[in-house]
Amino acid sequence: MANFSNSLIPELFLLIILYGLWKKTDVFSAFLQGASQGLADAVEIFPALLALMTAIAVFKASGALEILSYAAGPLLTSVGLPREVFPLVLLRPLSGSGALVIFQDILNSCGADSYPGRVASVMMGSTETTFYTIALYLGSAKITKTRHCVPSALAADISGMIISGLAVRLLFYSLF
Amino acid sequence: MMSWIFGLLLLFSIVTAFFNGRTQEVTAAVLNTGDNAVDLALTLCGSLCLWNGFMNVAQKSGLSQKLSQWLFPLVKRLFPGVSKGSAAAQAITMNLAANLLGLGNAATPFGIRAVRELAKQPRKDPSSATDNIILFVVLNTASFQMIPTTTVLLRASANSSAPMEVAPAIWLASAVSVSCGIAAAKLFALLGRRNRLG
Repeated sequence: MANFSNSLIPELFLLIILYGLWKKTDVFSAFLQGASQGLADAVEIFPALLALMTAIAVFKASGALEILSYAAGPLLTSVGLPREVFPLVLLRPLSGSGALVIFQDILNSCGADSYPGRVASVMMGSTETTFYTIALYLGSAKITKTRHCVPSALAADISGMIISGLAVRLLFYSLF
Repeated sequence: MMSWIFGLLLLFSIVTAFFNGRTQEVTAAVLNTGDNAVDLALTLCGSLCLWNGFMNVAQKSGLSQKLSQWLFPLVKRLFPGVSKGSAAAQAITMNLAANLLGLGNAATPFGIRAVRELAKQPRKDPSSATDNIILFVVLNTASFQMIPTTTVLLRASANSSAPMEVAPAIWLASAVSVSCGIAAAKLFALLGRRNRLG
């Protein structure tokens, strides 16, 4: 099941190409034209990528994550999240690779089928690397005035994080 | 807003590193990220070109137009002003479809395409995000995949007895967070419009 999505990719490519041939499209030059557009997109996103990655690398190296998890502890406990997932809550919106490392740590140290392991899994599956996505998407269109983008995205994240704990307790332990 | 987040993140980290005695680690991190960013950009560049290539084929043959027509009722409701069959509508539907299928590396190229198409809509200040762009970005930050590929794979490799068992909880949490994101974006947009009028 997990490999289902990725095994779909070749069939998808085949479908697109066959449909194009059937509709008498110049498939090859259309592909080249699109691909060169991708090159332009990559150039546009690089500055945002560099800025965000630098800030996050500094954040991770400084040990600020541990201090913040400690400081945010009471707040997160009050919404019923287990202590083990605090660093994940804080890093998930910032760094995809960083969150993956922490997620693996939680799975290995607590067990994938433990309460923290399940909550962490639900968090990983139901949230995204918010700030990375914002920087990437808006940076690609040279947008600097983000208006209500960050607060709206954070509203989604925070509700998702809180519900992760609730959903696991409801569906696995049938209690709130 | 991003300037503040960027600035505060750096400030807080560097001050923390100073008191933590981890300035050397921070220096090393700064020196290394340049390379890492180039690596990531190159990796992304490959998938951007590949998926944009296939998307252009689908666009030229009329396939993505068909897909976007099926999903148009949803797109129209979420993104007012996006016209049927436009390049923006097509990129948005391809992105939504890729997200639903859990094809993360396809969703990003389509998403970037969609934002750049949405940004072509005429407006007073081109450096400012429109309500449509914000809603689109929020949808993507909230994540609504049907098959949480990476999570399930990692659970399986950590010897979970049932890696897929978290899927219903993920759907529940995703549904709530996507709804909250849409509600917040629409509410802020409404408040913004009211402020401009009043």
